[in-house]
Amino acid sequence: MIESDKLILGGVEFNSRLFIGTGKYPQKQMLPEIIKSCGTEMVTVALRRVDLTSPDENILDYIDKSCTLLPNTSGARDANEAVRIARLARAAGMGNFIKIEVISDQKYLLPDNLESIKATEILAKEGFIVLPYMNPDLMDAKRFENAGAAAVMPLGAPIGTNKGLRTKEMIEILIRESKVPVIVDAGIGVPSQATEAMEMGADAVLVNTAIASADNPILMAKAFGFAVQSGRLAYLAGKGDISTFASASSPLTGFLNN
Amino acid sequence: MSFYELVKNYNNSEFFNQNISNLGVEKILKKDYLSDIDFWKLLQPEAEIHLEEMAQKAYKITRAYFGKAIQIFSPLYISNYCENGCLYCGYRCNSGIKRKKLSENEIISNSKEIYKTGVRNILILTGEAPIKTPLSYTIDAIKSVKDLFPMIGIEIHALTESEYKDVHDAGVNYVTLYQETYQEDFYQKYHIKGPKKDYSFRLDAPERAAKAKMVGLNIGILAGLAPLERDIFFLGLHGYYLQKKYPDIEISFSIPRLRPTEGGFVYHQNVDDKKYLQMLLALKIWLPRAGVTLSTRESDMFRNNILPLGITKISAGVKTSVGGYSDENSSIFDEKNKTNLKISTENTEQFEISDTRSVKEISDYLKSHGFQPIFKDWEPL
Repeated sequence: MIESDKLILGGVEFNSRLFIGTGKYPQKQMLPEIIKSCGTEMVTVALRRVDLTSPDENILDYIDKSCTLLPNTSGARDANEAVRIARLARAAGMGNFIKIEVISDQKYLLPDNLESIKATEILAKEGFIVLPYMNPDLMDAKRFENAGAAAVMPLGAPIGTNKGLRTKEMIEILIRESKVPVIVDAGIGVPSQATEAMEMGADAVLVNTAIASADNPILMAKAFGFAVQSGRLAYLAGKGDISTFASASSPLTGFLNN
Repeated sequence: MSFYELVKNYNNSEFFNQNISNLGVEKILKKDYLSDIDFWKLLQPEAEIHLEEMAQKAYKITRAYFGKAIQIFSPLYISNYCENGCLYCGYRCNSGIKRKKLSENEIISNSKEIYKTGVRNILILTGEAPIKTPLSYTIDAIKSVKDLFPMIGIEIHALTESEYKDVHDAGVNYVTLYQETYQEDFYQKYHIKGPKKDYSFRLDAPERAAKAKMVGLNIGILAGLAPLERDIFFLGLHGYYLQKKYPDIEISFSIPRLRPTEGGFVYHQNVDDKKYLQMLLALKIWLPRAGVTLSTRESDMFRNNILPLGITKISAGVKTSVGGYSDENSSIFDEKNKTNLKISTENTEQFEISDTRSVKEISDYLKSHGFQPIFKDWEPL
């Protein structure tokens, strides 16, 4: 990787542009290997799943201390709930990063931009580094920026669908227009789709289901690690245009030369 | 339109009489979202030849939406006083079992036993006895366990909307309520005595719970009480109706099977494994993001095989006798398999038991089958 190419979020530098989820693995014990094999430095955890009082092991025990924790507000149905979950996460010692997830639709699990913007505004003022999960809408991305979001996390497709970049056009617009980093979250089903997002210029991707539900999650994590690096390098290299038409022997603007 | 009216409309329409000789199951299984008629077709006996394809689809859906994680909850029976005379239930008013209700101290000591296992999701159950155990009794019980459990469910009688608000304010996040059967004529046949006789009051109870802002609703039937295809169809439709009207609520299903007659009582049908599986798969394909609670009463072999096909919740450390956790001599039993057993006058159990495993055993079992047991999945605010 190019040495100077680091992702900076809330003043923290990240060498890896792959973020991972933790909720769907067959065993928590697998997490250290997953983290190692894909090289991620940012791991999201639902506070609703964290139990510091458990007599059994805790999910946080399996996340390497060198990783940045990204607690998320899964379960929040409005801004108020998201804000309260974020504060609980910080009080539980999970740091200043927070991924806002406000989902009031259990059928498609689509995010509620309006409520998430409200939560972002409150939490950013309280010193949180806020990464909101969102529907890729340009005006809302601007509102998130103004509210103090450290990045925006548009969905590629609904959570868990593995359908890839169905919202590609919209995400491309966000990448072009956004002042904050754009992290593609949800929908990425195979490594090539992660590469595609990175080639487009996404600053990072977050992958959960595609790794956790693979037959061999550790191997799949590794594949995603390479895919994200590869896409990033291609983006930095500046990809050549793909020509749809052969060069016309009689160009339409040829008359200008006559 | 209430769900009661919706059921009536379906029953009065030609829906169940239409010609569906050409099922086209392969085509249905290619869709992301099914129509009601697609769902009905998947429930037909003729669709059974596509069981493998249905299983493949249900497996993919479950893996994508729920991953390899399965929630564990522990039920706590706090009282078995009951005024209802449901023919299939061991708690029914004339069953002759010993009646008991737990004192506040007993509730606390039992819930502490559950807490020690690591489980943070508790389901509180009672019979329906307005005089012996008014709702205030259950509310007091909820308040006394509230600090230990981020997720508290109730499986009690159907409540009014304001009562659901009261239990919600006391700390309840989800409601489990079985319609038992959606077919009113059969319903009346089994519910011969007590307030539960009121079919429509029960049918619209989950919606009242939704209005009271519950996090989750678990609805179910007892498979075998009535023609199963139609019961599963209406159960699925009920989930769909609730999800559409209250999109923020997590819907899950329970479909425990009745066992062949154990007390001389004859149910409508004995549901074999193949039939049961087809129903489960159709339900999963119909509402992909809905959860399914596994009945621990299923045999080991069957349970192992259906785990990856849609199961998202499992009960553990289940003791069906009232206050069974702090009483070493009491028996253990499962969460919902209401069989018509010969009830001993000495015991206080609701059902006969077949799965006696502790939380540790269930947890180890899930791990050995490639699943992560989830003990906590909610953060109280």
